[in-house]
Amino acid sequence: MTEMLSYSFMQRAVLVGLLVSLCSSLLGVSLVLRRFSMIGDGLSHVGFGALAIASVLSVSPLAFTIPVVVVAAVLLLKINDRSRIAGDSAIALISSSALAIGVIVISWVKGTNTDINNYLFGSLLAVSKSDAVFSVILSAVVLLTYILLYPRLYAVTFDTVFARAASLKADRYTTLLAVLSALTIVLGMRMLGSLLISALIIFPCLSAGRVFSTYRGVTVASAVISVTAFLVGITASYGLGTPVGASIVVVHLAIFLLLSLVRLVREGAVRRKLLKD
Amino acid sequence: MVAKGLDFTVAEGDYLCILGDNGAGKSTLVKAILSLHEPLSGSLEFTFPRSEIGYLPQRTEVRRDFPSSVWEVVLSGCVNSLSHRLFYGRKDRMNAEANLERMEISDLRKQSFSNLSGGQQQRVLLARALCAAKKVLLLDEPVAGLDSHTSSELYRLIDDLNRDGMTVIMVTHDVHPALNSAGKILHLGRTFFFGLRDEYFKSEVGKRYLEESGHHD
Repeated sequence: MTEMLSYSFMQRAVLVGLLVSLCSSLLGVSLVLRRFSMIGDGLSHVGFGALAIASVLSVSPLAFTIPVVVVAAVLLLKINDRSRIAGDSAIALISSSALAIGVIVISWVKGTNTDINNYLFGSLLAVSKSDAVFSVILSAVVLLTYILLYPRLYAVTFDTVFARAASLKADRYTTLLAVLSALTIVLGMRMLGSLLISALIIFPCLSAGRVFSTYRGVTVASAVISVTAFLVGITASYGLGTPVGASIVVVHLAIFLLLSLVRLVREGAVRRKLLKD
Repeated sequence: MVAKGLDFTVAEGDYLCILGDNGAGKSTLVKAILSLHEPLSGSLEFTFPRSEIGYLPQRTEVRRDFPSSVWEVVLSGCVNSLSHRLFYGRKDRMNAEANLERMEISDLRKQSFSNLSGGQQQRVLLARALCAAKKVLLLDEPVAGLDSHTSSELYRLIDDLNRDGMTVIMVTHDVHPALNSAGKILHLGRTFFFGLRDEYFKSEVGKRYLEESGHHD
């Protein structure tokens, strides 16, 4: 760990990765529980397409990708609202189209596969100084939003209709969540890979939900799981030379399986106790 | 078909049952009362802020597998009194506490909402509605899918609330609360009726409804 942190690019990567993991796990709780997981996946693909075009036009990747993905986030929410089933397919269409366009643009202009590989699966070297600054600001915004709006976000997430009847502007909170998710995805994408970043949104909440049954429990556990998985994943990747994004996702998978097992054992114990009584 | 030419008033302390066939516009009326959308024409007038209506949604509208404790659900009913505050205060917690007791579910507070039985979940959601309700409860099919024992328990709780001065507006398919508890009836359908309960069951619409529900004299 200490040796790993002696390189300045690694310090940046760890900082950005930690903050992205924290943000994505918190936003993921709201997105997954409201059945918006697909939006996270769609956004990362749109991000890839935007990143490819930015690199071809040689404009600053963040400056180009952020507005594109934020607009996509608002659009995807609108599509999802209109109808659940058609929304699902529409998001899948947008995802694969963005991916296809991105791949063609890169291979056309650069004619190599290394860039595609880096964009799809991530690279530690992609984390710049401006990313580090940006990630600190973004995570401060996400954390503050989450803590200060906690009671309202809970109400909107648990029962949107009741929240609207209580005169909460539910749509605004949803849009805010989608925009913050878009920013988080753009930030984490180049390091962890656009194909893998959505796992960071979906896995923590699902894993936490295996063993925790209160909203607060799931929220806190998601954050802890996400940060742990990142640290274990990046250390393993450094030690074993495995790709960093994939390593983290595999750690997430292991945690999910482990906690599912814990749940099974627990349910079994409850059942035995019930049978005895 | 959507309700047309509707004219009704609810006074403080009333118990109004809204009856009617599927598609007669009951849900549309509920949404208009909650100001979730505007009525196509005409207007609804209220003498108090509409966000102070305590709403119990239809059972199908609430996520049953959501990770949440009973306490978290009930406390979220106080969200309409937050106004410019960020967090719930002592008053909100006392309000939630009192409504847990009124619904006789204080012992469930730490339980997971998703593990409760249907009747218990309805009580939790009713306690949440009470946290939001200053004067009016709007109940959308409160006993749908519950067995008759659980239903009558729930009706008893609602009757008690009404006796303590809470205005109750209930959309229902069940003829029992209309027969036993309601003061006024609003019937939506091909023919409309609004008036006192006794008049309703003497009217043609009321007689036919009663017959269709399997009640014969």
